Amino acid sequence: MTKLLIAGATAALAHEAAKLFARDGAELFLVARTADKLETVKGDLTVRGAKKVETYLLDLGQLDRHQAMFDEAVKSLDGLDAILIAHGTLGDQTASQQSVSLTLQELNTNFMSAVSLATIAANYFEPRKRGTIAVIGSVAGDRGRQSNYIYGTAKGGLDIFLQGLRNRLAKSNVAVVTIKPGLIDTPMTAHLKKGPLMAKPQVVGVDIHKAMQKGQSVVYTPGFWRYIMLIIRSIPEPVFKRLKL
Amino acid sequence: MSQVKSWGRYPHVAPGKVETLRLLTDLPDLAQFEGSVLPYACGRSYGDSCMNEGGVSLDVSQLKNFLAFDPETGLLRCEAGLTLAEIIEVMLPRGWFLPVSPGTKYVSVGGAIANDVHGKNHHKAGTFGRHVTQFMLLRSSGEQLLCSPTENVELFRATIGGLGLTGLILWAEFRLKPVVNSYIDVEEIRFRNLAEFFELSRDSDKDFEYTVSWADNQARGKDIGRGIFIRGNHSQSRYLTSQTPKRKQLFSVPVEIPFSLLNRASITAFNTAFYYGLHYKRVARKVTSYEPFFYPLDVVGRWNRFYGKGGLLQYQCVVPYGNDTTAMTQIMGKIAAQGEGFLTVVKNFGDLKSPGMLSFPRPGTTIALDFPYHGQKTLLLLDQLDMIVREHGGAVYPAKDARMTAESFQQYFPNWQEFAKYIDPKFSSSFWRRVTTPRKIEV
Repeated sequence: MTKLLIAGATAALAHEAAKLFARDGAELFLVARTADKLETVKGDLTVRGAKKVETYLLDLGQLDRHQAMFDEAVKSLDGLDAILIAHGTLGDQTASQQSVSLTLQELNTNFMSAVSLATIAANYFEPRKRGTIAVIGSVAGDRGRQSNYIYGTAKGGLDIFLQGLRNRLAKSNVAVVTIKPGLIDTPMTAHLKKGPLMAKPQVVGVDIHKAMQKGQSVVYTPGFWRYIMLIIRSIPEPVFKRLKL
Repeated sequence: MSQVKSWGRYPHVAPGKVETLRLLTDLPDLAQFEGSVLPYACGRSYGDSCMNEGGVSLDVSQLKNFLAFDPETGLLRCEAGLTLAEIIEVMLPRGWFLPVSPGTKYVSVGGAIANDVHGKNHHKAGTFGRHVTQFMLLRSSGEQLLCSPTENVELFRATIGGLGLTGLILWAEFRLKPVVNSYIDVEEIRFRNLAEFFELSRDSDKDFEYTVSWADNQARGKDIGRGIFIRGNHSQSRYLTSQTPKRKQLFSVPVEIPFSLLNRASITAFNTAFYYGLHYKRVARKVTSYEPFFYPLDVVGRWNRFYGKGGLLQYQCVVPYGNDTTAMTQIMGKIAAQGEGFLTVVKNFGDLKSPGMLSFPRPGTTIALDFPYHGQKTLLLLDQLDMIVREHGGAVYPAKDARMTAESFQQYFPNWQEFAKYIDPKFSSSFWRRVTTPRKIEV
């Protein structure tokens, strides 16, 4: 896995995973919307051993520009082995549920945009019979909860989409990896209270790196979230709807 | 970061507010904070030098990017919150190592400069600050000042060992050193008393890059000052690799233990076993990976929790070389009589001078050890040790201190007023307020 496109490369989890690919001497094509952050990440990954680091400024909410960006990545790296789709926003649930436009905007960033990129990548890898598509989902997508169901909807929808895509691409030897992080201490969750379940982004970076290399299907990170979500999913809806989660 | 605490967790103080910095191009206006500010990263200072009670803690642990590395010269530039652990992880496989290693690798580059840390090679390489070529300092005026041995020289000197008081280090550049592999050729030699320690030290300082000793602080009478002398050099073997797998943490202490597990009985048992049980012969030779050699305690996560709810106090002092071993004998005798100190480390510093104004190391013998906090009894013992150190013209290490009086500090660091001129008016720490406000010493 030497040629890698990372969408949302300045996101904490993407950066942590990228550090490990850089250490392996990978060639990276980084996409993000904030120039100074992107330059910082580029500098870091260069010192860490990346063979090549290209950057591309883009707000990934602009779906109509995805194809041009993807083509540029393939051109500048002279091919592509894998894509990591890591961008996303954790919007304000209370504000979003009162506003249709905010809700749709959240769905656009966290669902539509990832679907668009994954589709473009799938159509590139499928005829070549190789490649890895990794997408950062969330445990929030495993069950709808009042505290974050809009974000959860996007990630849950993405989960189903990736299941289908994985099924479609299995015969073409293309791995589709769904990463489901639990509570991680990143800028995205800086406003949340730190509890004992909150994990460091480095842990997730290691899990993403490993899952992509092995071509695993669904990865909870840290791993214990698989069991927490198993319990949460098994609570009967009549009970669940009364819970404050 | 979950909590702003110091490693010793004594004194029990907390900042009023924690401000997390994430990007060098998006820095807060320090002047607008209510009250004083102080940088904080890993919280590995033992006492209150990294604490700013009631003020603002500027958390720089997220400023952890590499910025540049020149494989020709070994010059590394990185953000101030990057840890030495991460630098080793990235650079050692390429044949580069830290010029100076403190006893833990879980410290930030900013912290290493602010405390002008030292290691087992002080007699050969001096302090960390000697290897720093430049850094960028953010002052509360909003200015960013490039400080080096040729630019803003006074601020450069004040910031090295300046306990985070002169401004916020944003990034720093320092020189790594080339190594052939990640292994150390080690010799461990048992010594029976302080005289033997000094003799070994004299014999070893020329030919060994690293020297350190462990002393049995429970030994009494003629056994005072017995211990193990450890000396080593980087292995030059071409057959060994620098790609050592990362050592796994043995375990991490998951919760705060309500009382200290380290008491007289457990310490005496440990020390006796260590002194006699380590090896049958007086001299043992081995080749070891760098981690157990430099960072033996890092293998247990949060080991400070072993010391119980009260926390721990570390005491590290240096006394100038004398014609005899009086000062060290007095200090070690006092500690043995109390019977509580643990893991006593002894080393002779060299005479390489640090650029740092308030730097702690100076020619002499340094001794460091931990005490569980048992209230007045512990504080009184350390005050008594201070009296010995003061009498012999020594000093106590601010990075590890939580209790020395203003009077003691000002005697140990006679140029403190000169240093104070370079403190940023917006910066302060619990430590600095303590050592500049007189308290009466009770002995």
